[in-house]
Amino acid sequence: MTAVASAKDVTMVDAKSDDPSRVIDIDKLSLTFETNDGPVHALSDIDLKIEKGDFVSFIGPSGCGKTTLLRVIADLEQPTEGSITVNGVSPEEARLNRAYGYVFQAAALYPWRTIAKNIALPLEIMGLSRAEQKSRIEKNLDLVNLTGFEKKYPWQLSGGMQQRASIARALAVEPDLLLMDEPFGALDEIVRDHLNEQLLQLWAKTNKTVVFVTHSIPEAVFLSTKIVVLCPRPGRIYDVIESDLPRDRNLDVRESPEFLKIAHRVREGLKAGHSYED
Amino acid sequence: MTAEAIQQKKRFDMSGLLAWFIVAMVLVGLFTTIFTPDMGVMDVPRLAICLVILAIAGVRYELGFMRNMVGDIILGLVTAIAAWLLIGTVANHVGEAALGFWALTAATWASAWLFVDRLASWKLKSPALARIFNLAIPAVFGVTLLVLWQLIVDGNAIPKVLLPAPSEIWIRLTGSVPTLWADFRQTFLKAVIAGYAMGCGSGFLIAIVVDRVPFLRRGLLPVGNLVSALPIVGVAPIMVMWFGFDWPSKAAVVVIMTFFPMLVNTVSGLAASDAMQRDLMRTYASSYWQTLFKLRLPMAMPFIFNALKINSTLALIGAIVAEFFGTPIVGMGFRISTEVGRMNLDMVWAEIAIAALAGSIFYGLVALAERIVTFWHPSVRG
Repeated sequence: MTAVASAKDVTMVDAKSDDPSRVIDIDKLSLTFETNDGPVHALSDIDLKIEKGDFVSFIGPSGCGKTTLLRVIADLEQPTEGSITVNGVSPEEARLNRAYGYVFQAAALYPWRTIAKNIALPLEIMGLSRAEQKSRIEKNLDLVNLTGFEKKYPWQLSGGMQQRASIARALAVEPDLLLMDEPFGALDEIVRDHLNEQLLQLWAKTNKTVVFVTHSIPEAVFLSTKIVVLCPRPGRIYDVIESDLPRDRNLDVRESPEFLKIAHRVREGLKAGHSYED
Repeated sequence: MTAEAIQQKKRFDMSGLLAWFIVAMVLVGLFTTIFTPDMGVMDVPRLAICLVILAIAGVRYELGFMRNMVGDIILGLVTAIAAWLLIGTVANHVGEAALGFWALTAATWASAWLFVDRLASWKLKSPALARIFNLAIPAVFGVTLLVLWQLIVDGNAIPKVLLPAPSEIWIRLTGSVPTLWADFRQTFLKAVIAGYAMGCGSGFLIAIVVDRVPFLRRGLLPVGNLVSALPIVGVAPIMVMWFGFDWPSKAAVVVIMTFFPMLVNTVSGLAASDAMQRDLMRTYASSYWQTLFKLRLPMAMPFIFNALKINSTLALIGAIVAEFFGTPIVGMGFRISTEVGRMNLDMVWAEIAIAALAGSIFYGLVALAERIVTFWHPSVRG
């Protein structure tokens, strides 16, 4: 256990972040769910720093706590031990400041609202003016290539388009931090590749910090500047890989030796993390 | 053979069977006595025409002649004429119908069935026409039932007290419009509408409070359940004591009947949003009221409309029954109870017809509003 923990990138910086480029700072964080069958250690002793402009992927088998960790950052779950700051404040405060946009596994668009109205939903809640709402809807629909679909209802769109609309909805809040929980998990390979490329372009254009949960190795390696490999029972960080791929990349990069090297290391990490427990 | 082809074959078999049945019944009508003891002069040509056109209708179909929309419309017209001729002749021979008449009645009925069967197989391109059509089929079916009712009552000379013929009910209905209107206004426009609005409204508002305060969910829902289980015949006299003879006491009964379905449905509707949708609102730092109006109430709408539809029929029943327990000398329930005592069953039926019509229109309007409001729901968008 300790041997694994020491393999992480231990930074000796004190947890109190006064560094403005530090977006997320997680320190010795644990989360235990109390269930009828006894406690479940969903997250155990997590240390993680995420800098501004990073594209960080959490990868691991199901049950490793990658979604839970993302939900802790979003203040949808509360940790039982350790500390976490988002933009230098508690996750709850960050949530109330609308510091992040969250994209769920499913599009979760409201069927009684048109695509434009769905994107307007967070803007209405924030109390923005009509004109501001309109300009943000136009801008973000354009970003995800959905211009012309404003008046359609979600159920009239394909799964990929729905997920793009949900990304536009998260972006409309104009957060610096984008939290994405397997957003393309339910889509087929071709659509997924296409959306991955679009997401990278978007990230390059807007210079946001992205935290991305996935269980696909090529997706994680293709997108990320930093890959966090988690392993289950208890959910913990096994490896953190800093990618040396260029920031400006396209799908061809997946054929390069650097890409394959990183993918190999991720795969080894996933394998080792699994066998460790068995 | 594809499933559609099999179905096609089945349908043709049914139609074919009906056509043969018509022919068989016409033959029975031809060779047996139609009315005992004898027929009037004018009845002979009438019945002859009736026989001939029904026979043509059946044979035409069997021979496969004009199996298209024009043929179907002609079939409908022919059936209507045959029905009208039968009604006209039996009016001169009340209670004298013999086997031949019933055979012709059966042939007319089979012909009407064949017509509806043909109509149902039409494929219309225009959605507006198709919608009118969806109303036309049950209407034709309803008219067929009325014709059968008329023929059976006249042919058997059933006493008016047991079952008046539709024609008698219609005469009574058109002859007592002012009374019926006064009753309708008293019962429906006052008691039902007021009680329905108050019952549904309070059920809805209490549901929101119950949803907000978990303690009430455990405390109030069982009490609401208890109230809904109260027998209406026990509650109505008490309400008359409390709120007097006029319509407010009936509205109170309606409130008691409609409150609980609304409460229960709204409470389950408010719980209908899923975890991901609620998490989404949480990430937007949405307030309780924002989440309520932007997520939970829209999600609850199918449930709320369920209650509104159930209540639209409950309200009418409640108001009419409540009038049996003390009322001023007006109202649908009052009229039914007094006219039964005076053996004026045609008036009772006229009130029933008005109640059925009003109830159907009320339900239809609620269902229409539902389609407009929950257009997004998979059950509506089709």
